[in-house]
Amino acid sequence: MEINFWTDTLLIVVTVLVFLMAKKLQQITGLLLLNPILAAMLLIMAGLWYLHIPFTRYHQSVQVMEWLLKPAVVALGFPLYLYWETIRKQALPMLVSLLAGSLVGLFSVVVLAKVLGLPKVLILSLAPKSVTSAIAIEVSRMLGGIPSLAAGIAILVGLFGAVFGYPILQFFGVKNPISQALSIGNASHGIGTSRSVEIGQRFGALSTIGLIVNAVLTSLIAPWVLGLMITWGWI
Amino acid sequence: MFVQILLVLFCLLLGEGIVYTTGIKVPPSILGMLFLFLFLKVGIYKESWIKEIAELLLKYLPLFFVPAGVGIMAYLGKIAQNWFGILTASLISFLLVLVVTGWTHQVLRNLGKRKTRHGN
Repeated sequence: MEINFWTDTLLIVVTVLVFLMAKKLQQITGLLLLNPILAAMLLIMAGLWYLHIPFTRYHQSVQVMEWLLKPAVVALGFPLYLYWETIRKQALPMLVSLLAGSLVGLFSVVVLAKVLGLPKVLILSLAPKSVTSAIAIEVSRMLGGIPSLAAGIAILVGLFGAVFGYPILQFFGVKNPISQALSIGNASHGIGTSRSVEIGQRFGALSTIGLIVNAVLTSLIAPWVLGLMITWGWI
Repeated sequence: MFVQILLVLFCLLLGEGIVYTTGIKVPPSILGMLFLFLFLKVGIYKESWIKEIAELLLKYLPLFFVPAGVGIMAYLGKIAQNWFGILTASLISFLLVLVVTGWTHQVLRNLGKRKTRHGN
C-alpha cells in the first residue's frame, strides 16, 4: 500500500525537486563540498531507506531520467564545436598531454586497485574514474563493471579535484594557467570544471576542453588498454 | 524546440546504429557527440538550431546521473568491504592524472614557444 502511493511520476518529481533544492543550497552557502549531485544522492538514498522503497523499484521509475544522459552527452558536441578553434591552435600540446593523462589514469588505477587486492568487477568500475560520470556510467557498463559505482567514484574524484586540484598543481610546479585548467578538466571532469568556471570564463572553457577530449579518449582507449591488461594477467 | 530535440536524437541514433551494426566498443552517445560536432562543423546543422537544446541538456546533465548515483545503495556491502582500496586507488590515480597532464602540457607549450622564438 505504502509503496503504491509512490508512483513513477512522483518519484521523478521528488528526484528533480531534491536536486534543485540541493543546487540552491550550494548557491546560497557557496560550499563546493555541498555538491548538488552528492547531496541529492545521499538525501534520496536516505529517503528510500526510510520509506522502505526498494532500490530496484526506484530505479525502474526514474529510468527516463537516466536515458536523458545519452542525449545530454551528445550535446557536449556543441561546446566541442564552440571551442574547436582554441583546440586547433594548440592541438599538439593539448592532445599529447590529455592522452598522457588518460593513459596514466587508466594504468595507475588498475595497477593500484590490483595491488590493493580489489576484485575484478570493482577494478573495471574504477577504470573510468576521471571521466565525467555520464560517460563513466557508459564506459563501465561496456567494460563489465558496476555503472553506479563508477558514477559515485567519478563524483568523488570530481569533488576532490574541485577542492584540492589547483593547490595540488601549484604545489607540483604546474604554474601555467592554461595547463592548470586543462588538467583539472582531464582529471576531475565536470565538477572540477565548475570550479574553473568560478575562476574565470577562459579557465572554464579550457577545463571543458579537457573534460570532453578525455571523455572521447578514455572511451576509445579504455577497452583496448584493459583488454591488453587482461591478456597480461594484470586484472 | 521539438525539432531541436530530434536533431540531437538523430545523432544519437547514428551512434547507436554504428555500434549495433559493427559491434565496436564505444559508447553510442560518444559517437553521437562526434556526429553532432561534425554536422555543426560541416554546416549540415546550424549553430542556432542546436544552441538552446544543447545548453538545456548540459545545464541539467548532473541531474540525469543522480539515479545511477543512488544505485550505489545496492552495492554498499561490496564497497564497505573494499573502501580503503577503492579510495586509495582512485585518489592516487587522480593525483597522477592531474600532475602528468598539467606537467606534460606545460613542458610541451614551453618547448613550442622556444621554437617559435628561435624561428623568428
